Amino acid sequence: MLVRTDKPIPSSEITPESAYLNRRKFLAGAAALGATAATARVIGQLVEPATHALANIKLQIIKSPYSTSEAQTSLQNITHYNNFYEFGTDKTDPARTAVSLKIRPWTVTSEGLCKNQKAWDIDTLLKYRPQEERVYRFRCVEGWSMVIPWAGYSLSEFIKACDPLPSAKYVQFLSLADPKQMPYLHSVHMNWPYSEGLRMDEAMHPLTLLTFGLYGQTLPNQDGAPVRVIVPWKYGFKSGKSIVKIRFVAQEPPTAWDTQAPNEYGFYSNVNPNVDHPRWSQKTERVIGAPLFHQTKATQIFNGYGDQVAHLYSGMDLKKYY
Amino acid sequence: MPARAVTILKVVVWFACLMPLALIVCQAVTNTLGPDPTAAITHATGFWALRFLLLTLAVTPLRRLSKSLAWLIRFRKMFGNYAFFYASLHLLTYIWLYSAFSVPTMLADIEKRRFITVGFAAWLLMLPLALTSAAWAIRKLGGKRWQLLHRLIYVCGILAVIHYWWIVKPGDRSPMNVTIILAVLLLARVIWSVWHARKHTSVPAAA
Repeated sequence: MLVRTDKPIPSSEITPESAYLNRRKFLAGAAALGATAATARVIGQLVEPATHALANIKLQIIKSPYSTSEAQTSLQNITHYNNFYEFGTDKTDPARTAVSLKIRPWTVTSEGLCKNQKAWDIDTLLKYRPQEERVYRFRCVEGWSMVIPWAGYSLSEFIKACDPLPSAKYVQFLSLADPKQMPYLHSVHMNWPYSEGLRMDEAMHPLTLLTFGLYGQTLPNQDGAPVRVIVPWKYGFKSGKSIVKIRFVAQEPPTAWDTQAPNEYGFYSNVNPNVDHPRWSQKTERVIGAPLFHQTKATQIFNGYGDQVAHLYSGMDLKKYY
Repeated sequence: MPARAVTILKVVVWFACLMPLALIVCQAVTNTLGPDPTAAITHATGFWALRFLLLTLAVTPLRRLSKSLAWLIRFRKMFGNYAFFYASLHLLTYIWLYSAFSVPTMLADIEKRRFITVGFAAWLLMLPLALTSAAWAIRKLGGKRWQLLHRLIYVCGILAVIHYWWIVKPGDRSPMNVTIILAVLLLARVIWSVWHARKHTSVPAAA
């Protein structure tokens, strides 16, 4: 049985302005889409009654020049190979257990050193800017990688709306930590809630994505629903999931894995084949979904986004600030 | 259990122990090892090596529980050899899939990555045990010396569990189950020797 605890968002609410102008055509399309989605859902329930936590709501998206044309990882693999320790330490756990995450009602609170401190409703955020499809490379610190078509808009748009003070030098992202919804919160020994952070210039970089969906649909629970951050040139753990607070701060905020093992994880954690992790060489990566003997490829510095982001770190010793 | 029944059971168990490998090969051929086949093979071979190691270590304490379980000893060598077999496959996945047979990469890993250092040490210590597992080795070495050598398996067990703790991320407690099982199996030996020693000293006193 598919348990749906959230109210579906009327598709009109998430229509970007550009598509909205073309209303008549859109409405016809939406009706067709709605009918297709409803049918697909019924068939889905018949074929696969065991649930996996797919949110399954279609988004209106526009293409983005920031996308890569590389082969995309399948939706099956993106949704069944997850590191989301609040929902279990095995990569197959979250697909089963994240059904308990309630993604409505949901608010994201902006706080700290900003003028516009408030609780933003998720549906307001969802339609605040047009949803862009951004196909990004995703590199996990464990040595594997995916290519994922995310949907969202630049985090900078949201930050501008929060109106940060000049004293705000860093942005901290706090994830939900609710033991009632997250079954592994007590059995995994970490400082909850999961905390991540970026320097203000990193957070304002257009590549940094406030992410609401993937493959044209709202985020599946196990991938960090209903809203997460994606920083494509950093290791995956820098991209916090299921975010409830965005805090503007003056000092480098404590981050989850750096607190857990400072000798293993730094604040910056930029993808860098020249800086080894104590357990994993970062020179190569295994492409998820590739066949057994063709899995390995060379890892690029800044995950291949060096042209866009290397200037943020000019003059910094990347071996020291790993 | 009658000797013939044990022999038949040994054949059945011998084939059963090959099933994990058969499953891996089957999945590799049909391309159903999941999103990360390299990691899937590594985890499966590592887990089975550890399971067989614990199974080997379980034989003696179980046998001591009751005289009627004495026949279990006939399975110990098989389990021990399978532990070495799966540990060798585990090592092979590392040499082949992770290091692509590059010796400098492997040497650097052994030096730098402590989980690889202890994992490799555990395999090295199992090697002489596997080589001297046959009956002729016991005759050649003499029972006492053979037994002393084969106590290395306790060290292997401990190193294997440390290897597991060091590969998972700090805070992840998934190696806890095997750690508890290993601790119980080793502790059972300590308790048994203490109890045994006391019985031996108390017997002459009573006589």
